[in-house]
Amino acid sequence: MIEAMASVTKVHLDNVSMTFDTPAGAFRALAPVTLSIAQGRFVSLIGPSGCGKSTIFNIVAGLLQPTGGRVLIDGADATGTIGRVGYMLQKDLLLPWRTVLDNVILGMEVQGLPLREARSRAEPLLRRYGLAGFEHAYPNSLSGGMRQRAALLRTLLFDTDVVLLDEPFGALDAQTKSHMQEWLLQLWGDFGKTVVFVTHDVEEAIYLSDEVHVMATRPGRLVESIPVPIARPRQRSVTLTREFIDIKERCMQLLSDAHSAALDEAA
Amino acid sequence: MTAQDTSHTGAALRLSPAAQPVRAAKKFRRLPTQRDWPVWLIVTIQIGILVGAIALWQAAADFGWIDGFFWSKPSAVYATLIKFFTEGDAWTDIGYTFRSTIFGFVLGTTAGSLLGLSFWWSRNYAAVVQPYVICFESLPKLALAPLVILVFGMGLASKVAIATALTIVVSTLTTYAGVKALDPDQERLFYSLGASRLQVFRKLVVPFCLPWVISVLRVNIGLALTGAIVGEFIAAQHGLGRAILYAGSTYDIALVWVAVLVLSMLAIVMYVAVSWLERILRKGIRQ
Repeated sequence: MIEAMASVTKVHLDNVSMTFDTPAGAFRALAPVTLSIAQGRFVSLIGPSGCGKSTIFNIVAGLLQPTGGRVLIDGADATGTIGRVGYMLQKDLLLPWRTVLDNVILGMEVQGLPLREARSRAEPLLRRYGLAGFEHAYPNSLSGGMRQRAALLRTLLFDTDVVLLDEPFGALDAQTKSHMQEWLLQLWGDFGKTVVFVTHDVEEAIYLSDEVHVMATRPGRLVESIPVPIARPRQRSVTLTREFIDIKERCMQLLSDAHSAALDEAA
Repeated sequence: MTAQDTSHTGAALRLSPAAQPVRAAKKFRRLPTQRDWPVWLIVTIQIGILVGAIALWQAAADFGWIDGFFWSKPSAVYATLIKFFTEGDAWTDIGYTFRSTIFGFVLGTTAGSLLGLSFWWSRNYAAVVQPYVICFESLPKLALAPLVILVFGMGLASKVAIATALTIVVSTLTTYAGVKALDPDQERLFYSLGASRLQVFRKLVVPFCLPWVISVLRVNIGLALTGAIVGEFIAAQHGLGRAILYAGSTYDIALVWVAVLVLSMLAIVMYVAVSWLERILRKGIRQ
């Protein structure tokens, strides 16, 4: 795409690979993967379980040292360094002894921002993004959707340009999920961050993203990158258009190919 | 009978009425229920049992059913109790035992919790130290009391040392259980935010393990008291333990009962105080 070529590369995975030593022998979690993510983009990774999505995230977040290759952020080598990207895991991981407000400022606090300043920065955002009245509540009194909101705000308030979201809505019911998707798109528009999103839900991936990367397993690898040239803002009804369904069919086809390929290898 | 006729169409699936096993007439139990007595009734019964036991004891001694010399009797115990507080050194003994217990409790709980938390810092260090902690745990620490008295002398220090030895291991192991229960993902979240190890320790490990630290307080206050008393049994100039031992060796059975009674009171007061402290701490950390 011309547009993609014109934009600046934010995150670049350069032949990143990962092999784990297990008692059963070496396990290739990730074959060399090369991937460029442009600044300000919303991209999704989809693929079967064990295709290395989480491994990629851990490597980009610096929590895992790859056995090969490099991670470049803004062109600089960021392999194995932490605190460069916001990372939201599947679980909300809110600290039960902190209020919602104090949970949300965790990233700023860890980065050394004075508590009072961090709180005053977070407060208007909590109000704006649907957590008004819950600032001083404790996480155990919140619903699942509210907890995810708090966790997501914590990730976004952490002062980085890139956020990695690992199946953030996987545990939510369908209705809450679609609310959260709209909410996420609003936040993405407001904050202008580069988002990398992992999901099992193909429709969710396409609906949210500028680009969907399909992965396969054994070893975990990138199969194809599919651009989603649907104009924004998108209505819910785009999921019913020919264009959307074509992309979805293509993704499904790739996923089922990847699945049978893995089975062949296992046989 | 029409219902039966239609069921013939599904004969292959359903059993005909004749072939159906006859269910024996069965009695059904009622759900067992219990009615709660009013509080006043429970309290009355409780007091009644206490008064009855004391009266029985008094009567048994007076009528010669039991040997009053070895068992003593409530009236003698009461007289001795008054004497213990008016003429004897009740408050000195109480103060002495109380101090040994509190010092041992604070020292053992603090040191034990810190030791338990320290295992988070290094897996290797934890692996090296673990067997020693387990050994010390299984060791009957009271058996070492005579040695402790020799090393730390007759005074307060030896009682505090025994009370500390009893409490430190419980705190260490319980706090370490807290450390092990920490969700690795929670740590990963902190590291993804670029946290240092000290930050993870202060902002995650310590607050997370606090409920474990607090949960042993009530156990430890009892253990510390046991340690102090045993220390006093072996060698001491003051303390309720010494009073019990002294009274026993001079056949002053009434005084033994008095000292035991006072000791129980002390134990209850400290237990209640620690439970109260525990509630405040729990509220403080909102778990």
